[in-house]
Amino acid sequence: MVLDDVSFTLDGPGLVCIIGPNGVGKSTLMKCLIKINKPTGGDLRINDRSVSEMSIKDVSKVVGYVPPFSDDLFSMTVMDTILIGRHNHQKWRTSKKDLAMVHNVMELLDIGDLAMQQFSKLSAGQHQRVALARGLVEETEILLLDEPTSNLDVRHQVFVIEMLRALAEADDKLVLMISHDLNLAAKYAHKVILMEYPGKLRAIGDPAEVITEENIRDVYGVECEVVNHGGRPHVILGSALK
Amino acid sequence: MVRDAVKRYRRNLENVPEDSPEFNEYHRAIVLKWVFICACITVMIIVMGVAITIGDTPIGFFETYEIIFNHLLHGAPPEGSPEFLKDYLVINIRMPRIVIGMIVGSALAACGVVMQNALKNPLADPYTTGVSSGAVFGVTISSLLGVTIVSDVYYISTFVNAFVFSLVPVLIILLISKLRSVSPVTMIMAGISVMYVFNAMSTVLKLMADPNDLADLYKWSVGSLTFVGWGAVPLMLSTTAVGLAIMMVLTKRLNILATGDENATAMGVNVDSMRRFLLLIVAMVAAVNVGFVGLIGFVGLVAPHIARIFVGADNRYLLPASAAFGAALLIAADLIGRTIIYPSILQVGVITAFMGGPMFLWLLLRKNSNMW
Repeated sequence: MVLDDVSFTLDGPGLVCIIGPNGVGKSTLMKCLIKINKPTGGDLRINDRSVSEMSIKDVSKVVGYVPPFSDDLFSMTVMDTILIGRHNHQKWRTSKKDLAMVHNVMELLDIGDLAMQQFSKLSAGQHQRVALARGLVEETEILLLDEPTSNLDVRHQVFVIEMLRALAEADDKLVLMISHDLNLAAKYAHKVILMEYPGKLRAIGDPAEVITEENIRDVYGVECEVVNHGGRPHVILGSALK
Repeated sequence: MVRDAVKRYRRNLENVPEDSPEFNEYHRAIVLKWVFICACITVMIIVMGVAITIGDTPIGFFETYEIIFNHLLHGAPPEGSPEFLKDYLVINIRMPRIVIGMIVGSALAACGVVMQNALKNPLADPYTTGVSSGAVFGVTISSLLGVTIVSDVYYISTFVNAFVFSLVPVLIILLISKLRSVSPVTMIMAGISVMYVFNAMSTVLKLMADPNDLADLYKWSVGSLTFVGWGAVPLMLSTTAVGLAIMMVLTKRLNILATGDENATAMGVNVDSMRRFLLLIVAMVAAVNVGFVGLIGFVGLVAPHIARIFVGADNRYLLPASAAFGAALLIAADLIGRTIIYPSILQVGVITAFMGGPMFLWLLLRKNSNMW
């Protein structure tokens, strides 16, 4: 069993970070929500509708997903790759609105100059920004992102997470992202979900409530000091415990 | 600063820009895709004209188009008139193989596009997945043993036999794909193993058959556009047209499927049922074509890859481009087969294998460019 007795409610828009060690079921939780994985028990609900009763298509209209990596077999141009994200808005032909949406997202993510380049020719970081663009053009009210900043340099990491927070606030979106960067989560998330082995929910709440020395030590097995930095927690890592 | 960028982004969503360098470049790329498709159709029409001139009775290149045009507008000239012989030669003797070549070429290439995307494997086509071999076995048992599943009408029984047996490798591939951690390589290996089994069973039947029945069957089994004439065209054309139209409607979903199963599910595509449906359509289209012309390899494999170099991997354009290129390629191969050792004729399947081998090597060598 990957997940056991994980129960929480997220109401309202905002940026929510899911943190926790490798293998605790963070990605599985996301995949259950979009019907990639089928839970053996329990219930997931979106807008008071049970996911098990919703079709894959219905879920995709409400929830967008940005995977940790993209395994596109036959490479398309960056523009075509992002346009795939418009599937729920697009008829067979690409409309001006679709192109405008893609154009704006590329400008936002600073990838406009890559528009006609082949996706396969890009670096890992550029891949990640294109995947993020594909998720954004879906225009869903909930956006799930599985480690969207793992391949990005520091500037782009900060940019992406600030942008996600700003979009969540401005568009009333619920943005749920998995991250291994405790300090990014602590600084930018409205809410943090901490998961622990084996597939349990350890804590959920404001960053200051969740990112504590005790929680980090128990869940990650790392000594640390958590200091207050501008009203938010900041983790200074110590040694790994045996 | 980031908030300003987000504000600008949200404001721009309301004001759709009419013009931008990316739009212009994108529209130019779309025009080039259509140019490639039109170029393939033009080549196909030219090859058709050249192919019709080949034969014992000389008929001029432009004369062929004139005869076809007049036949379409006014019907066949009266028997005994000076134009009758040429009209008969063009329409009844030389045209069928070209029309059949176009149908088969476009069908196999379109099947290749769909299989490569649905199975996420650049090596997939009706030939390498055993679908064609299944169809050939179905037709072999019908012609040698007289075992038919439905109807005594030759065309219908041939198609149904070919279709039913082409579903066997499809089912095996689908069953294997349900197993956990099955790579695309394993799926294609499964298809190849089914292909060998069907080929072996077809060979056993041929070994046991009456030698008089074998000559025609042999010619057919290596791929021949002359085994059937106009009689098979309505069934081949209608089935292929319906199949290609369905594939065309599903190209957007095929694009999503090619991004991987998890991504596709997240984007609202029911991967399993979509893959099942697509393979069913592929089996239907491949069976109706292979059933009447025999095993023609490489067109389904190579045509999509070559078209992909010119039009990219967006299946909305790749499918028609591959179909047009496949049709042109197959009738060009047939033309070569008829002229290279004239007056003897090489079967089209032999020529496609000769052409396809080096083409495929070339593709493998440029694999690290931007295809797969």
